[in-house]
Parts: sequence; structure tokens; C-alpha cells
Amino acid sequence: MKLSIKLLVVLAFVLFGFASCEREERGFRVKTPDANRINTKRLTTLQAGEVIPEPDIKNEYEENAFALSEGKRLFSQMNCVGCHAHGGGGMGPALMDDKWIYGSRPDQIFATIEEGRPNGMPSFNGKLPDYQVWQIAAYVRSLSGLVPKSAAPGRDDDMQSREPENSTEKQEPKRVNAPQ
Amino acid sequence: MTRISSNLKAASLLAPASVFFAACGHGNQSAVEPSGLQAEHLSFLWWMFLAITAAVYVAVMVILVAAFFRTRRAVAEDDAELSPDPLREKRASSVVKAAVAVTVLTMFALMLVSFRTGRALDTLSQAQTPLEIKVTGQQWWWQIEYKDPTPSNMVTTANEIHIPVGRPIKLELVSHDVIHSFWAPNFHGKKDLIPNYPTTLFFRADEPGVYWGQCAEFCGFEHAKMRFMVIAEPQEDFDRWYSASQQPAPEPVTDSQKFGRDIFLKSVCTQCHTIQGTPANGRVGPNLTHVAGKPYIASGSLPNDRENLANWIADPQAIKPGIRMPMNTYSPEELNALVDYIQSLK
Amino acid sequence: MKDADLSKKQSSSLTEARINDELRALESTWSDKPGIIGWLSTTDHKRVGFRMVFTAFCFFTFGGILAGLMRLQLSLPGNNFLGPDMYNQIFTTHGSTMMFLFAVPVMEGMGIYFVPLMIGTRTLAFPRLNILGYYTYLFGGLLLFFGLLLNIGPDAGWFAYVPLSGPEYGIGKRVDLWSQMVSLTEISALIASTNIIVTVMKLRAPGMSLNRIPLFVWSEVITAVMVIFAMPAVMIGSSLLSMDRLTNVSTHFFNQAEGGDPIMWQHLFWFFGHPEVYIIFIPATGMVSMIITTFSRRKTFGYTALVLTMVATAFIGFGVWVHHMFVTPLPQLGQSIFTASSMLIVVPNGVQIFCWLATLWLGRWNLKTPLVFILGFFGVFVMGGLTGVMLASLPLDTQLHDTYFVVAHFHYVLIGGAVFPLFGAVYYWFPKFCGRMLNEAAGIAHCILFFVGFELVFFPMHILGLIGMPRRVYTYLPETGWGDLNMLASIGAAVMVIATLIFFINAIYSWFWGRVAAADPWGADTLEWSLPSPIPQYAFQYQPVVQGRHAVWEQTADSPVVTGLHINNREVVATSIHDAVPDHRYGVQGPSIMPFVVSVITGAMFVGFMFTPWSLPLGMIALFFGFLGWFWSNSVEHRPPYAPLEDNPVYDDPADYKPAEAAV
Repeated sequence: MKLSIKLLVVLAFVLFGFASCEREERGFRVKTPDANRINTKRLTTLQAGEVIPEPDIKNEYEENAFALSEGKRLFSQMNCVGCHAHGGGGMGPALMDDKWIYGSRPDQIFATIEEGRPNGMPSFNGKLPDYQVWQIAAYVRSLSGLVPKSAAPGRDDDMQSREPENSTEKQEPKRVNAPQ
Repeated sequence: MTRISSNLKAASLLAPASVFFAACGHGNQSAVEPSGLQAEHLSFLWWMFLAITAAVYVAVMVILVAAFFRTRRAVAEDDAELSPDPLREKRASSVVKAAVAVTVLTMFALMLVSFRTGRALDTLSQAQTPLEIKVTGQQWWWQIEYKDPTPSNMVTTANEIHIPVGRPIKLELVSHDVIHSFWAPNFHGKKDLIPNYPTTLFFRADEPGVYWGQCAEFCGFEHAKMRFMVIAEPQEDFDRWYSASQQPAPEPVTDSQKFGRDIFLKSVCTQCHTIQGTPANGRVGPNLTHVAGKPYIASGSLPNDRENLANWIADPQAIKPGIRMPMNTYSPEELNALVDYIQSLK
Repeated sequence: MKDADLSKKQSSSLTEARINDELRALESTWSDKPGIIGWLSTTDHKRVGFRMVFTAFCFFTFGGILAGLMRLQLSLPGNNFLGPDMYNQIFTTHGSTMMFLFAVPVMEGMGIYFVPLMIGTRTLAFPRLNILGYYTYLFGGLLLFFGLLLNIGPDAGWFAYVPLSGPEYGIGKRVDLWSQMVSLTEISALIASTNIIVTVMKLRAPGMSLNRIPLFVWSEVITAVMVIFAMPAVMIGSSLLSMDRLTNVSTHFFNQAEGGDPIMWQHLFWFFGHPEVYIIFIPATGMVSMIITTFSRRKTFGYTALVLTMVATAFIGFGVWVHHMFVTPLPQLGQSIFTASSMLIVVPNGVQIFCWLATLWLGRWNLKTPLVFILGFFGVFVMGGLTGVMLASLPLDTQLHDTYFVVAHFHYVLIGGAVFPLFGAVYYWFPKFCGRMLNEAAGIAHCILFFVGFELVFFPMHILGLIGMPRRVYTYLPETGWGDLNMLASIGAAVMVIATLIFFINAIYSWFWGRVAAADPWGADTLEWSLPSPIPQYAFQYQPVVQGRHAVWEQTADSPVVTGLHINNREVVATSIHDAVPDHRYGVQGPSIMPFVVSVITGAMFVGFMFTPWSLPLGMIALFFGFLGWFWSNSVEHRPPYAPLEDNPVYDDPADYKPAEAAV
């Protein structure tokens, strides 16, 4: 009995440790995350024939602190803030709320950035390497609290325009229509 | 090397030491090979401190060695001396007091010399028409902007500061991310670039040449390779360089160069880099308008030749892991053309 | 005339059997509980002190391995043995380990072990608090150790400047781990310091007036006072940094845009950081004084001066911190004042050196390993102090700051000023730890190799700094020409490793199979040498009445001792602060597991604080219950501690004992 408790404690430490290993990994020369790019761009729940369930796409960057931090840097340097501000929106829709026009899944956000969208979202295809778009997509999800708080970036060293990403409450995504 | 400091060096019998210094390193990133007014003062201060402190060290060691040889030996069982000869104690006491007095006076003198040097370093700040350059420390490169009342005459470059010999230079030092430190040892001591604390550094080059500097405050992954060059040249050469730098990038001539420009403009490069005269207008990374004329790329860490450039463009993370520039996949022909184009940007 | 075994004071009417009965009773009163609970719950200051020293040497090895890895990476230009991320973690952890987990705790540990013995008492004032301090240190150290192994090691430098360590650029939880390690180790330091100060003020043996306190004890008390003033600054700084970074707290202490200031971090840190190095150095000066006195076979020259210089150093040490910030854009006039104070602090150090040299000059040398290490100390530390004078000069510092010149300087003063005396002290006091001597020839070899290796590593760094090599670079270009000196330094590092291995082998071998030591193999003057080797848990059978500054040299066979203390309770005599006149009996608690429990709760609270602010209130509630359990045991089996002294005719013939109030 005592031995198994000890074993459990050790195991807990090890798991905790390895979880932190992955969160803290700084990947400089990385392959794009394994998330599927094809067959995932459904923007409506209606399907012809037998319903193919939504794939469970996971962007492993969402649990990596370095990737989220890079996403934040790119969000600023690629001028996403010009239309989306720091999540509050402006010319572009807000990204820190629960309303998603083109889908909130990682692959859907990836597609939005890659392809562009009507009414002003530019296409970054060919303008950013894939892995950087995945980093931005992971960061976008952190704006509404959809990533683990331990990996999300802290407050900016700047004027505060919003709650830091690691303090943002999780906003369950809701599908809305595009503005007319 | 001024007369004062060279005399002092000889007098301090430290000439062998300076030869030793010269044998290590190449003297173009060295605080003891001054090429500017302030570095001269600092070098003089260094040799003076070295002479005095070396003398103190030798004195202490001589006393220790003398004590080693002249004291008698004892063993643990010997009685300890609890009431030593009062005359010897008194004599020792006087010697100690004298030594303390000498210490106090020496420290005081060194303090005064330091203050004098500090004031001498400051004389350039009274200069009437210094050449004004704004240096922005970024993670992990140096943005250099030559100030000019007419904005379109400003020259923006990276990791390389050309200056005319003999003219006071006023550097405005700024950082927008973390703390960096600007250090060109041949000219001046270092100054920290702290975000939201803009600061100024005056210096003057008195000898033409190519000198190196490096970031001297730990700033992240590639702090080690955040280097820059200071190229001090005669006024005419500087003027020629300056007006050439004000020109937009030359038009590509060969087909390969034209193809290369197309690739540049259509791929990720324009998100971060500027080439004046083309639509490329990115502000994130260094200005590439005249990059081919630079002897080093990658913040002074890679000599600028064809092979290095190709490797750098294809996989900068292998050379400087952790920097902002991503890896790029090009076919061999594309990469060739791109390198041709970049190398035409003189 | 020295009497090596004062603990066994004979009296004509006390029978052998009676003495043995007393000793057995004392032994059982002061012993630990059996088994692993007993091991965890010990309050014997000797065991706790030894554990601190042993743990500190384990961290020394760990930090040394990290240094070896750094030297391997830097031995060649453009080397890719370690990438920048790994190198940054390694140099940060090396610095943090050496400063927080080795240098301060080893000095504290030696103090915890020897201070009560040197002042002639059996215990520290607060024994359970003492072991709490050890566990807190252990957990803080393990946090950092495992952090590095799990890729969460801090990577912003051991002084973690913001904004690099701030929430935007200090990515992940690495800096938070560093912060919590700092908090835990500083709590440990504060605990040790309060204990030492109260012990030395109140529990000295009768007759040990202030001007008779051994120099090592003075050094530990002065250091303890420094700790109390300095540690809060870094705890505050690291807590503010943690709060800036923490989810749902996200304060702006170091965010200029919202009213904070990054330079404030530097002020807070260096206000601690500079006294920290004196916290490391001053106990080492105490060790130097002890060893020089014993091995020169004469009373210390300039006792009063030595004490006052330690006080002066401690005091001035709080007024020099801006010399770490000379290249920041602070006003020049203000900074120049710190040039003056940084040069001023050389004067008390100089007085110390001169007094020691005078003792050596006027004495007769017993040239054994401890003294050889002190000679090494002189050779290395004096050079370090002199390069410190160079760095004190503001203009010169602008060339030297943040280069390898500074790396050379601080290794000279820290290794020369603390590690050499520490090694000497280990060879000196080893017989007291375990009753055996360390091998003398291996000790000399260790010293010489360590000295040679050290000079090979760190002397070239002076030159490297002057020819342009900055600190904390994971590599350098071949064109710089720094390769040769770096390779020389790496070779020297290998020599240092060999020297340290010799020491470890010597220590392990001698611990089990070394030459058995007498109670006083060196003919020394402080009270721990009047006890058997190894020291029994009750230490003194009778607390001595001290006759002079060099207690053992000035005791005779007829010197009085303290009698009448209970032997079935843990009791010592408490005395007045100035003249150590006996005042009352002081009873201390026996072993307890509660400090271990409280330290586990504290450790968990701090680790939790890396992730959520709720850890603090919840941890405090748990701590409340922990302390409740701790104080619950305060009353049961012991007498109230403030019972007045009374003549207690324990022995048959009243003339056979001397009254305890004799303060000579």
C-alpha cells in the first residue's frame, strides 16, 4: 500500500514534469504542427448525406509557451493589431469574444489567415511560413482564453488595453454570421 | 596612442603585458587599443590602475613569502603565545597603521583620478555639430538611422556605423524590447539601452579603420551574435558612402537578378525587410537596400559571401537559432536567383 | 595551559559511576528519536549544520558540472555543443546554484554547526526553527535542480533583469521557478540568521563577554544582521516580479508604460546583491581568522580591529550597490558617490589583510593543509579585491562592466575569498565532524592543483574582457581571436575538476578509514576543540566558564564550569548580552516532525504560486494548521524555560562545584 502511494507520487511528479517539458520547449527549427489542412473547412453544420463528424484538430502550439509568445509577437509585427487591435477589434472583428464568424477551431483559424476572408481579411498565403501561421492561430485562440493558462503569455510591457492572455476567462465559442 | 599613456605604460614596466594583449585578439575590439579620444582616457586610467594595484599585490605577496621563509615552524603541541613581546606588537601595530594610511590615501587618489577622467570623457558632449545617429537595439540586431533634418535624406541601415574620422558623433540609444548595451571598446565605454530610457553617447574616432562592437547586456537567445561594425573613414569617403546610401536600390540588370527580385517581392521577405525603391517596406527586420556592400551579415556574425548568404536565407535558424527570421524553402534555381539579386544591392 | 578534555571535569567525591550515569542521562536527553522519523525530526544543530554543509557541497558539485559544460562549449569558437537556449539555462542555473544554493548555505551551515559550540552551549536558541530552515533550503534547491532537468530551468541570468525576465520576454514558467527558489532560500537564510543572532546574544557560556567572542562567531553574527537587512529586498523584488507575471494578478511594477520602472528591479536586486557577496565573504574571514590564529600558535593580532572592520564592511556594504549599475542612464553625480563608497570599502578589507599578515609575521607556523589554503586565499583574494578597485571606478567600469573581466573579478573574490577558506575550514574541522583526519598529502595536492587550475581558468578572463569579450555569450566568432585564451581557460577547468575530485575522494575515504583524530589535533583555541571528536549530541557535559578570548588556551584544570542544570531536560544557561552573566535556565524543545511538515506545505505553496495566486491563501490556511501542530507540543514534557537559577546541591560535597555566576 505504502509503496503504491509512493509510486503514485513519483508518477505525478514525472507527469507534471514532462508536461512542463513540453510547455517550455523552445522550438526554433520546427516542422508545422500535425494538424490536418484538408477537409476541415466546413463553415456550416449542414452536410449532404451521412454526417462526417468534426475532426478533433489539436494545435500542439497551444500548449507551448514559446509558440504562443511568437504568435503574439507576429500578431503585432504583421500588423494584425491594425484591424483587430489587441483583441478588441476595430475595422476587423473582435477576437477576444465568443463570436466566431469563420470558425474557432485551430485549423479554421489557420485557413482564415492563409486564405483571407471577405470584407477585408488579407490572405497570408506565401507571405508567412506555415508554422508561423499556426503560431498566430494558437495565439488568436488564447485571446479568448481557449488555451491553458500556464502557457498563455503574460501582460505586455506596454500600455494595458486588455486583460493579459493568461488571465482571460474562457469564452466558449459561438457561431455567428458574417456582417452584411 | 598618446604620449602620456605610452610613457606611463613604459614607466610601469607593463610593456610586456601590453604585448601580451596585442597577441590575443586583433585589437579592433579592444579597450586597450584605443582609437578615439575617450577610449584614450580610459586606457590611460586602466594602465594607471593596473600599475598601482599590481604594486600593491606584489607588496602583499612579498610580505607573505617573506613571512613564509623567516618565521620559525611549530607543531600543534607547542604552547600558543598569549603574551607576546609588547615591543614587537607595538612595532607591528605601527606598520599596520601606516599601511592603512597608505591604503586610504591611495584609494582617495584613485577616486580623484576617476572623477577627473569622468569629466574628461564628458568634454565631447559640448560639441557644436556632432553627427547624430540613432541606434535602436533590437533582439538581436542593431538598427542604425542617420538623423537628418530632411526625412527623405535619412539613411537607415543595420549593424554597421560609418563615421568620419575626427568628427564628434552623438549616438541616441534606444531600445523597444529588452535591455541591450552598446559597446565599441576602441572608442568608449558601454552604455545600456533600457526600454523607455533613451540615452546619449558621444564619441569620436581619431584613427581610420574597421572596428567591432558587441551587445554587452544579456538580451536573450542570440545575445552572443549581436555584433556591429564601426567603420571610421576620412570625411570624403564617408560623404561618398552617405550619398550612395541615400540612393534607392540599384535596378537588377541580369535576368537572374530580375527573377530574384520577383521572388523577393512575392515571398515572405517583404513582411519584414525594406528595399528602398521596391514595394518591400517591412520594418521588422534590417534594411536591405545596400546589403551587398556590407562585409558581414547576420548582425556581424557571418561574412557576406555567396555561400553564407544562401545558407542564411534557406535556414537562418541553423546559424542563429532563436532569431525572428524563419526558415525558407526555395528550389536551387530560386535560391540562386535570390542570392544574385541580393548581391546586386550595392 | 590547555586542558583538552574539560568535558570530563573530575571531582574527588564524584565517583566514576556517577559521572557515567550523568553522561548516559545527558546522552538520552539530547538524542534524536530512532528511525527515519528521528532522522527527519532532528533538532540537533550539529546534524542540521552538517546536512546544510553536505547539501551545499552537493549543489557545489552540480554547479561545477554546469560550469564544466559551459567551458566545454566555449573552448572553441563557433562550437555547437550547447545551443543558446541550453547555454542560457545552464549559466543562469550555475550562477543561481553557486550564489543561492552553495555559497550562502554553506557559510550558514558551518555557523549553525560551530557557533553554539564555540560559545560554549549545547543548542541554538530555536532548534526546530533551525531544521525548518534546512528543509526550506533543500526544497528550494531541489526545485531549481529538477527545474533544469525538466527544461524549465531559469534562463534570464542569475540576476534576472527585467524586461528580459518580465512577462513579455520571459517566456513560460522558467523565471517563476527562479523566483520561488529565491523566496524559499531567502526564507531559509532569514531563519538561520535570527537563530544565530539570538543564540550568540543570549546563550553564550558565562564569562564570554562580548570582547571574548571568537572571531568566527562575530563573523556569523554580523553576517546574520546583514542577511536580515538584505534578503527582504530580493524577496520583495522576486515577489513583485512573480506578481507581474502571474495569471490573474499581472501587476505593473516593472512596466514603465503603466507607472512601473525596469531600473527599480536593478535597485532592489543589487541592494540585496551586493551585501550578498559580503554575506558570503565575511564568514569566510571568520574562518581565516580562526585558522591563522591556530596555525600561527599565537593570539590574533588586532582582535578589536578585526571585529570592527567586519562591522564596517557590513555597514558600508549596503552603500555600494549602484556600482553594478554604472552603465545605466542614472545621473552621473549620484553614481560617482558610489565610486567613493566602493573605494572606501577597500579600507576595512585592507585592515583585515594587514592584521592577518601581522599575525602570520609574528607567529610560528604550523604549516598544515588549512594554513596552505589560507595562503592560497591570500594569493587569489587580494588580486580579486584589487580588480574590484578597478571596477569601482565609474569611468573604468564602463569599459569593464558585463565583460569577462567582471567574471574574472568575482570568481577571484568568491573562490579566493570564500571557497579557499572554506576548504581550509573543512580540513580544519573535519576531525570534529567524524573523528578522523583528512589525508594531509592529498590536501596539499588538492590545494596546489586547485590554485593552478583556478589561475589557468580565470586569469585569462581579465584579458578576454579587455579585448572585447562580453559576458553570457554562448559562442564567439573565430575572427575575434578569443579562441586561444578560452581554450586555456577550459584546460584549467579540467585541472580544477581533478583537484575537486581529489578532495571528494579524500573526504569519502577519510570519513570511513582515515587516521583517528584526537580531541584537539591542531592545538586550537576555541571551545569546540575541548570536546571529543566526534562531538556527542549533548556537546558539553558541563558548560564552561570562559576565562579569556582564546578559551581553550586560557582554561586550566581548575577553571570553573556550570553545574546544576537539569540533565533530564534539554537545558542550557542563558546569560546577559554584554558580560555573559548567567541569567536564567533556558529549556529547548526536543525533536519534532512538524518543521518537516511545515516546510512541505511551504514548498508546495511556493510551487503552486508559480501557477495560480490561489496557492497563497490556501497555503496560508494549511500553514496555520501546520504551525498549530508545531506549537501544540510546546508544553508537555518540559519545565517552563524561565525558572530562576538556584543553588542546587546535586553533589555530595558543596565545595566540589563552583557557583555558576562566576564571570571572570
